[in-house]
Amino acid sequence: MIYLDNSATTRQYDEVTDIMIKCMKEDFGNPSSLYLLGVDSEKIIKKARKQILDAAGVPKDWQVVFTSGGTEADNMAIIGTARALRRQGNRIVTTSVEHPAVLECCGFLEREGFEVVKVGVDRNCRLNMDEVKSAINDQTILVTMMHVNNEAGTIMPVDKVKAIMKEKGAPGYVHCDAVQSFGKIPLVTGVDMISLSGHKIHGPKGSGALLIRNGVNIPAFVMGGGQEKGMRSGTENVAAIAGLGLAAQMSADSMKKDMAAITEMRERLIDGLSQIGDVTINSVLETGNEADMCCPTLLNVTFMKTRGEVLLHTLEQHQIYVSTGSACSSNKKGQSHVLRAMGLKDKEIEGTLRFSLGRFNTMDDIDFAIKKVTEAVNRFRRLGSFR
Amino acid sequence: MENQNTSNNEFIFIVRCGEVALKGMNKPYFERMLLERIRKLLKKFDGVRSYRHEGLIYVRAEKFVDGITTEEESRERKNAIIKEIGKVFGVASISPAYECESTMESIGETAVKYMFEAIEERGVKTFKVEAKRADKNFPVKSPDIARQIGAAVLKGCKVLKVDVHNPDVRLFVDVRHDKSYVYQDKIPGFGGLPLGTNGKGMTLLSGGIDSPVATWMMAKRGMLIEAVHFHSYPYTSPRAQEKVEELAGIVSTYCGRFKMHVINLLPIQEQIVTNCPEEETTILVRRFMMRIAQELAKATDCGMLITGENLGQVASQTAEALVVTDASVQMPVMRPLIGMDKVDIMELAQEIGTYEKSIEPYEDCCTVFLPKHPTTKPKLDRILASESKLDCEKLIADAIANEEIVNIYPV
Repeated sequence: MIYLDNSATTRQYDEVTDIMIKCMKEDFGNPSSLYLLGVDSEKIIKKARKQILDAAGVPKDWQVVFTSGGTEADNMAIIGTARALRRQGNRIVTTSVEHPAVLECCGFLEREGFEVVKVGVDRNCRLNMDEVKSAINDQTILVTMMHVNNEAGTIMPVDKVKAIMKEKGAPGYVHCDAVQSFGKIPLVTGVDMISLSGHKIHGPKGSGALLIRNGVNIPAFVMGGGQEKGMRSGTENVAAIAGLGLAAQMSADSMKKDMAAITEMRERLIDGLSQIGDVTINSVLETGNEADMCCPTLLNVTFMKTRGEVLLHTLEQHQIYVSTGSACSSNKKGQSHVLRAMGLKDKEIEGTLRFSLGRFNTMDDIDFAIKKVTEAVNRFRRLGSFR
Repeated sequence: MENQNTSNNEFIFIVRCGEVALKGMNKPYFERMLLERIRKLLKKFDGVRSYRHEGLIYVRAEKFVDGITTEEESRERKNAIIKEIGKVFGVASISPAYECESTMESIGETAVKYMFEAIEERGVKTFKVEAKRADKNFPVKSPDIARQIGAAVLKGCKVLKVDVHNPDVRLFVDVRHDKSYVYQDKIPGFGGLPLGTNGKGMTLLSGGIDSPVATWMMAKRGMLIEAVHFHSYPYTSPRAQEKVEELAGIVSTYCGRFKMHVINLLPIQEQIVTNCPEEETTILVRRFMMRIAQELAKATDCGMLITGENLGQVASQTAEALVVTDASVQMPVMRPLIGMDKVDIMELAQEIGTYEKSIEPYEDCCTVFLPKHPTTKPKLDRILASESKLDCEKLIADAIANEEIVNIYPV
């Protein structure tokens, strides 16, 4: 199997699976229980908290609130900020290429009366800094911006937001959805909240966290028994938390080495696919850690005069897994809002594939994928589909 | 004390076999098939038995069985049983009935009890009694039975009045040799003929609205079903096939489990697109589908093909196109929807419960390789000329050799 859809989800590290099984079989106590079995579970969570803070590179006094994943962390941060700061302003600034977990929260707040300003991107999904500057004003209570775009891979200028807010006298917080960047490039720590997800870094699905800077106050998101310092009640998912902690640590430990290899693979992939002809690379070519560069794991490509969905199913026959820019070519609803924001035309969106590389890929995978993508594209172009 | 009445702990349903009763010498055969089908569909319920008696089918179900303890659960069980019986082709109507001894006294008592319930449950104010005696030796004649039972009900339920023209309740009294029955509702079934009384057909099942309805209509006339589904993977999504399997599952709640042959058309489409004029693509593909279906039909003892075609609905269903499609096979092709309007087909699809599934958006193989301007008036000689460029026999044999067979079970 050649899995090139690591931005959708990843195969778990075996070590993570092992530690989770141990949690479920042996350390099954409730962390809130007073006897030793409960205390052991509490220790597991404590350890995971430390692993995550270390991996994220944020100061030790940040709070780690474990959640069911990136979506819940985004909800907690955005809805929580709006409720906490509603008396200080009315404006929320975000981008037009956020994940639906962010966009839907902003849409909800817009219907509740908040003013939401979405900043646009260019053809390679780079954010327009001037637009960001003019969007932020003294009424801005929240800027929520992803670190790495999940479809194009472009790194957003999150690191510059705090300074602009200060300059404009904005009273709000900066939230960063770092689901796609965590474990792959160093995080931007000059923000107030960071969303993370476990299953994008070879950890378990249903795990994630919101990291909150010391001094930031947002209200409880789930009410009940007061777990997670009251921020997110409910008995902790100990196994998932242990798995998330270990996955975070392992990803951070091998980040430099892994990303160097992935960068090479990405370059090979670009070279190979460019040979096909009538191919547009939608991602920024240059990889790195800085804003406007591309995260090495992602490559978004348009194969003109093809349909991504058919390419996807053709590749699937060779156990190569990628994703498309459009769920169904026959209805516009399935089109990626990111590609649309980047200004791709309908025809281009229809022929777009996303390759997302991961730690378990090899150069052989890439060569085989290039060969099969080339065949699939050529076959499609030869036959067409009349539309 | 009242006599121990079986109606107290049992639901009784009188099931009428509409057209089946008209079939003269074949009547016992049809009834047996019908009963068999009813028994099969009611197998999932405990404490239910059904039997034939004097030209009617009786279903008796215990009101309370394991897991059914409250009145409400019991009522739900009753409705679920009625719904299942209603799915059996050949059933004209179903009446939940009360049973009693064939004496005027016993019938009167039961009628009063029945009407009490009607008053309590639905606030009934007026009624009318209609009587029928299958037992012609019964001492009271039908009009007199009606009159006397009417009087008994008036006496027993003081709030009720008779209204012969527009009553809230029409109470039927059916006097038979051993027992008599009192009932009110006649819940209509779908009619038709019992399954398996009219041969076997190979239906071309797509994911659309029409083909499940066409299949259902032929099954309603007693035909056993075998199906073929065509896809163009990887040009169509595997989810599209999943959808068709679910759709077939809905159809099989009426026509019983059946086999579905799944055929990948893409190699054939590939040949057509490469070698034949674009505007003929659709009609050429249709002809291949028919021929593949015919081969499968021969191999599975099906005597005819069934399609959801409908005159003029799309380019491949113009009169001319149908002639050219038809000419590809020797077997008769049943097109039960041929003269229906789309809205009527949609309504029927809703009634039988396939509509919601059919409109889920997945591409089927009819929508890929769709020419911009398909020919609406194809000429057979030109189509044959195009086909002569292809090795049709081999393409068909290969497609069938690569078939996948899916067993479809009622959902």
